[in-house]
Amino acid sequence: MGNQLFGPEPDVAADAGWHPSQPRMGFFTDTSVCIGCKACEVACKEWNGVPEDGFNLLGSSYDNTGALGANTWRHVAFIEQSRRLSDQEPGISRLPTGPSSSDQDGAPSGDRTEVRWLMESDVCKHCTHAACLDVCPTGSLFRTEFGTVVVQDDICNGCGYCIPACPFGVIDRRRGEPETKNVGLAQKCTLCYDRLGQGMTPACAQACPTESIQFGDLDELRSRAEARLSALHDRGVAEARLYGHDPEDGIGGAGATFLLLDQPEVYGLPPDPVVTTRDLPAMWRKAGLAALSFAAAAVAAFVGRSQ
Amino acid sequence: MTDVQRRRRRSRGAERPMVPDAEFTSYYGRPVVKPAPWTSEIPAYLFLGGLAAGSAVLGAGADLSRRPRLRQTGRLGALGAITLGLAALVHDLGKPSRFLNMLRVVKPTSPMSMGIWVLALFSPAASIAGAAELQRWLPRPLARLVGATARPAGLAAAVTAPAVATYTAVLLADTATPGWHEAYRELPFVFAGSAASAAGGLAMLAVPRSEAGPARRMAVGGAVMELAAAQRMESSMGMVAETLQQGRAGTMLRLGKALTLAGAAGSLLASRSRFAAAASGAAFLAGSALNRFGTFEAGQASARDPKYTVVPQRERIRARDD
Repeated sequence: MGNQLFGPEPDVAADAGWHPSQPRMGFFTDTSVCIGCKACEVACKEWNGVPEDGFNLLGSSYDNTGALGANTWRHVAFIEQSRRLSDQEPGISRLPTGPSSSDQDGAPSGDRTEVRWLMESDVCKHCTHAACLDVCPTGSLFRTEFGTVVVQDDICNGCGYCIPACPFGVIDRRRGEPETKNVGLAQKCTLCYDRLGQGMTPACAQACPTESIQFGDLDELRSRAEARLSALHDRGVAEARLYGHDPEDGIGGAGATFLLLDQPEVYGLPPDPVVTTRDLPAMWRKAGLAALSFAAAAVAAFVGRSQ
Repeated sequence: MTDVQRRRRRSRGAERPMVPDAEFTSYYGRPVVKPAPWTSEIPAYLFLGGLAAGSAVLGAGADLSRRPRLRQTGRLGALGAITLGLAALVHDLGKPSRFLNMLRVVKPTSPMSMGIWVLALFSPAASIAGAAELQRWLPRPLARLVGATARPAGLAAAVTAPAVATYTAVLLADTATPGWHEAYRELPFVFAGSAASAAGGLAMLAVPRSEAGPARRMAVGGAVMELAAAQRMESSMGMVAETLQQGRAGTMLRLGKALTLAGAAGSLLASRSRFAAAASGAAFLAGSALNRFGTFEAGQASARDPKYTVVPQRERIRARDD
């Protein structure tokens, strides 16, 4: 048995009772090659039968889905920044089509190179210590043999406790007409549990045209992430960083990790997430003391004075 | 097109500054964590569950100390409050027909699971004791049964009541909602005190003064516990304490405190004046309800504003790096 509530946890499936456990599977989303095509959003919806999430214009660059939720299991964030992209050589000038006109001598540089466009396909982190799973009162949320976290639709009663428990704001209760599929139930990414069972790649990773979304054995993905990070650092992209990568972090490391090009909160991610159940033993101790105080007050009320 | 929002926090005129101004970044000002999808049923249940717990204890104490009117109010109060409370809980589910799915597992990591099992002990016991006060209207065999089991049932309800009164604080605190999680050290004491003052208040309202002594003492004791713990809580929560002071939550919590204080002050006269007893009792009840609705709303407000998620986490990182 490893750390049940907090800290590094080398074999998360075995700890959940799977024997023999197979390698933990996950995602590595490299945002430095994301082109914002949203093929992941579409493929996810198609494969998983996720209802539409409204046809809105949110006024936030090309992002019109807004956030992860019951009907958005992959969400592409778009951020426009007035910033230089370090001293990165984009490689555009060496393409057969010739250099970009703005790179040529004498051409006005204008404001164009001052704008940086960040794109990131966000997804459930499949935490090592998953608060949603910890607090679920029905056992609907469970740890799969792949080390992922999945809702069982036929067990969830829609209590909604997982929603405020998630430190990333991923899971949500599906709203809609009574005939909507799984309405009233907690819904989120399953890391395509059905496809994994058949040895297939999750729909989003399959559809990603730039391999920004990579799927596989988590250990393998982790070393790929480290290699990519040092390659970017070598090329002068100093702001590149890994997110969800550290098993010593507040959630014991994520099953879906990211390479980001700015601080996590720029992408709507918490900078230092901690699983709430880390403090649960302390909470129960405090509640026990409060319960004793309550009982003592009641006894005192009766024996204090007879009246 | 909107750029990523870089907002600056400023302390407004009337507020006392809790922490220095902090700059923070967010994704278009959208929340990082999601607020609970719960509506007013949940704070209503927090209040009713506390009222039921306190009433069950008063009912059992009155039974043992032979105060028939206090016993009746305590037992009926517990029966009524827990029935309404459970109805609110079921109604708030996304799939009410699956309420009993919560009895598939016993999970100490889920305060809701623990709570349901505590309620599974408390509610039947409190209901039997409550039904015993309605014997007149029950068919004879049933009346005889509840009459014979009323005392042990009432005692069983009283024994489980402290858990009913406090687990709800853990339920709220065991979330990523900053306004609830940061309160985890003191919230159980706030809720325990609030439960005691509500039940004491109900009994002061309904029971003749000659029998209401224990109810008055319990209400005042609960009020002191609630107010002292709430004071401590606000000073331990850092910048998130703002959510307890601002907006709708702040209004409800301030009004609730004032009513609880007024109830405690009125209790000094309650042994002499029927009117003072009833007014204090009503003030205690309203104060407890406002405390629950205010605490609930403060957490929801803290989840809706990314500031309360991002800034404390940034401060944590900075402290670690220093």
